[in-house]
Amino acid sequence: MLTKRIIPCLDIKDGRCVKGVQFENIRDAGDPVELAKWYAQKGADELVFLDITATNEGRKTFAELVRDIARHIDIPFTVGGGIGAVADVEVLLQNGADKVSINSSAIKNPQLVEELARHFGSQCVTVAIDTKYTEATGWKVYTRAGTIETEYSTIDWARKVVDLGAGEILLTSMNNDGTKAGFALDITKAVSEAVSVPVIASGGAGTMQHFADAFQVANADAALAASLFHFRELEIPDLKQYLKTQGVYVRI
Amino acid sequence: MNLVIVDYKAGNVQSVQFALERLGVQATLSADAETIKAADKVIFPGVGQAASAMAQLKARNLDKILPTLEQPFFGVCLGMQLLCQHSEEGDTDLLGIIPLPVKHFETDLKVPHMGWNQLENLQSPLFDGLQEQEYAYYVHSYYVPLSEYTIAQTSYPEPFSAALNYKNFYAAQFHPEKSGAAGSQILKNFLAL
Repeated sequence: MLTKRIIPCLDIKDGRCVKGVQFENIRDAGDPVELAKWYAQKGADELVFLDITATNEGRKTFAELVRDIARHIDIPFTVGGGIGAVADVEVLLQNGADKVSINSSAIKNPQLVEELARHFGSQCVTVAIDTKYTEATGWKVYTRAGTIETEYSTIDWARKVVDLGAGEILLTSMNNDGTKAGFALDITKAVSEAVSVPVIASGGAGTMQHFADAFQVANADAALAASLFHFRELEIPDLKQYLKTQGVYVRI
Repeated sequence: MNLVIVDYKAGNVQSVQFALERLGVQATLSADAETIKAADKVIFPGVGQAASAMAQLKARNLDKILPTLEQPFFGVCLGMQLLCQHSEEGDTDLLGIIPLPVKHFETDLKVPHMGWNQLENLQSPLFDGLQEQEYAYYVHSYYVPLSEYTIAQTSYPEPFSAALNYKNFYAAQFHPEKSGAAGSQILKNFLAL
């Protein structure tokens, strides 16, 4: 039986792991390679590293870091941040990343998704979608780290990127991110039902029950969290034991 | 041991090389026919699309060389599928070493089949030291059906070939290099063949 995946996410700036709360107030949460090894040992199913460095110099550092991570861990990992072209992806995959995640660059140039799928295969193309709900607009897609509203409804955009060749959707609810009040179950379920590829729920995890809900209520294939794991408010082995008792298939 | 990883620009060669490094084994990356022929063992990784991978092999004449090899050979993921006869992916003729088809998942479940799933019915020294229902990491949209060459199976939802063995050719649909301790054990077992 295919198991549901638990994915810690590490935001990387200048070679260090940081985490924004509601995309602001960044805090330093440690050395990425050490954290990655620790998570792999604790039973994380996969890891995500998002490079939030904006400079070219930082990009090079990140590529080196990707190589260092690949050297040390024996579970799959996805990298994202600042990817705008096929050449950017080539560097990351060559350094040992399993998948890449693209966000704003897909909004800017949807054909990039198609190009990446053609060059490297859909299985390594994750499209990250930042979504926000308002009464007036419903669930809309946001770009540039959640600062700019796009024309796309979340369901339409998810369908579009999957048609273009995305192999996975990483769906982050900006309303829920950092709140620890639970994942956005309604939009996660709607996206999961709208597309044929796996969907990662992200944003809002605070308790073990929230993860069970993401899998059992929203049909997510994976669930992602950051500070909750980094600051050890929730330990992955405990989480997986709990999920097992709730009838969720997990790798233990 | 002279271990060669076939590097034909369609594989996660770096990850495989690192996994071997963690086992204390240095492998050579090469697309050169003579280097590959002279190897004690050959590992053949692959990710991406079948037709473009075949084009890369043909460009290096490896489509002629690989089927002639007689040393222990290990195809991983797309590297396993390429050993077969024909793939529904891009209606592609493959290397034709193992007389089996590669099919697309037709299921209501999510495709790609992505994540950790269980290995069952283990029937090869490749799995020495592993328990039934051990977890392995998969990412793929195409699969090889069960056959007389199947040495392990996984279900999604129907059982398919998780691993194959035909003469000196071994192959895994999952990624041993990304499958934690179980994956390392499988690589170690291959090195001991």
